[in-house]
Amino acid sequence: MVLKRGRGVAAINYPTGMNLGGDPSQALVHSTPTGSFMVTLSSVDLGQGLRQVMSQICAETIGVPTEAVTIDTADTDTGPHCMGTFASRGTHRIGNAIVQAAREARDVMLEVAAEELEVDAGDLDTDGTGNIHVKGAPQKSISVFDTALAAHFKHGRSISGRGMFLVPRSFPETETGAMKPATCYAHACVVADVEVDDETGEVTVLSVKNVYDVGRALNPKMVEQQLVGGSWMGISHALYETTEPYYPDRENGGTDFNQYLMPGPGNLADTETIVIERPAADGPYGAKGVGEMCANPQIPAVANAIFDAVGVRVDTMPITPERVLRALKAQSQEALAG
Amino acid sequence: MARVPVQFTLNGQDRAEFVESGVTLLHALRHTMGDTSPKAGCQQGTCGACTVIVDGELRLSCLTLAETCEGASIETAAGLANEGLLHPLQRAIVDGFAAQCGFCTPGMIMAAKTLLDHTPNPTRDDVVEAISGNICRCTGYEPIIQAVLTAAQSNSQKAG
Repeated sequence: MVLKRGRGVAAINYPTGMNLGGDPSQALVHSTPTGSFMVTLSSVDLGQGLRQVMSQICAETIGVPTEAVTIDTADTDTGPHCMGTFASRGTHRIGNAIVQAAREARDVMLEVAAEELEVDAGDLDTDGTGNIHVKGAPQKSISVFDTALAAHFKHGRSISGRGMFLVPRSFPETETGAMKPATCYAHACVVADVEVDDETGEVTVLSVKNVYDVGRALNPKMVEQQLVGGSWMGISHALYETTEPYYPDRENGGTDFNQYLMPGPGNLADTETIVIERPAADGPYGAKGVGEMCANPQIPAVANAIFDAVGVRVDTMPITPERVLRALKAQSQEALAG
Repeated sequence: MARVPVQFTLNGQDRAEFVESGVTLLHALRHTMGDTSPKAGCQQGTCGACTVIVDGELRLSCLTLAETCEGASIETAAGLANEGLLHPLQRAIVDGFAAQCGFCTPGMIMAAKTLLDHTPNPTRDDVVEAISGNICRCTGYEPIIQAVLTAAQSNSQKAG
């Protein structure tokens, strides 16, 4: 038995969103009489942190504290349309819709505040803590609270806005086949170090070094959380996860998730993660989708590292010990025949 | 089906309920006692999402019959916070961003609590061993391991 070490590198471009019948998300924003803001969506938060990040985007755009924003999600009977939270599209598509809706609401809010202060709305700015003031003259101000009250009870206005973000469906050009199936590509690069046991075929990932370009990390801790978990999942895809791990046919396959292999807390590779922020021109505050892309580059990096270690190309995932052994066997047979 | 009485202490409170004979502790907790902190994951004893503590020992509530807990003292994640103050493990999980979808978290916390109850100053390997019966899909485990170590540290600081 020999343990052989290898290093592999991989770089990926990963799209945000998809291209079926167009890729729309919509959002509605309105204020309560006391100056809290409600964002109505059909989008779902299933733990990826959508509510938090959408609150931040809305708050930043209107110019109020994040705590002043409530995200009302996931009623597709009553909410504005959303294609859904998949294809790493949530932050980008829904975020863009919220920016648009929040801008419209902010404009109404500043118009009402301007009337109350008897100034031009164009001269007003928000301080981000719940006040609206004349630019350069912070003492001439009105709170968002009082502005919302005035809008409701004096001016008869709704501080609200509509956001509609649509990436239109793209069809291939007949001559060239060129098309735009997705937008706003995120990028990643990974270096993986592995150890391959040439007797058992077992692969151990010793370390992964990940670099991700995420556009802008709207919530840096949550981005880090996603990237760390995603890196682990990428290794899991590369080496472990399959519904059909057994030979020779489906009859020998797993019957439930008890037979679905994933690495546990004792199988963790030494992981390093670096975030690069190059704001995307079409992203909300520069953000790209980081949901899925973070779990992809480890796979080719690990495959390349295995090639570096033992000289075999395994092109079927997951790279199980059986597949490594079969490849090693084929390699030695070729060498004999050669 | 015949219903049978079960009596036990749940998070320090005496509880007496009738349950259908043969139901699991998980089912009784969630559907009769109204404590939904133990999660129904695989329901085959593999994923650890249903983990609770019975008389100080870690148990998979999906494989434990409710009737066998007669007179026992049962702890779940729902009982950890004290008058709105989070348990150090909960605090560390929140502060350390060690939960994403949250489905594994209550079971994970009970596994970690049992470790810290018996081993107040665990090594990293102790933590890995303690949570190895609990599957997490989101975090990659490292943030959870770090959170348990952080909680142990804050406990020992308090004790010191």
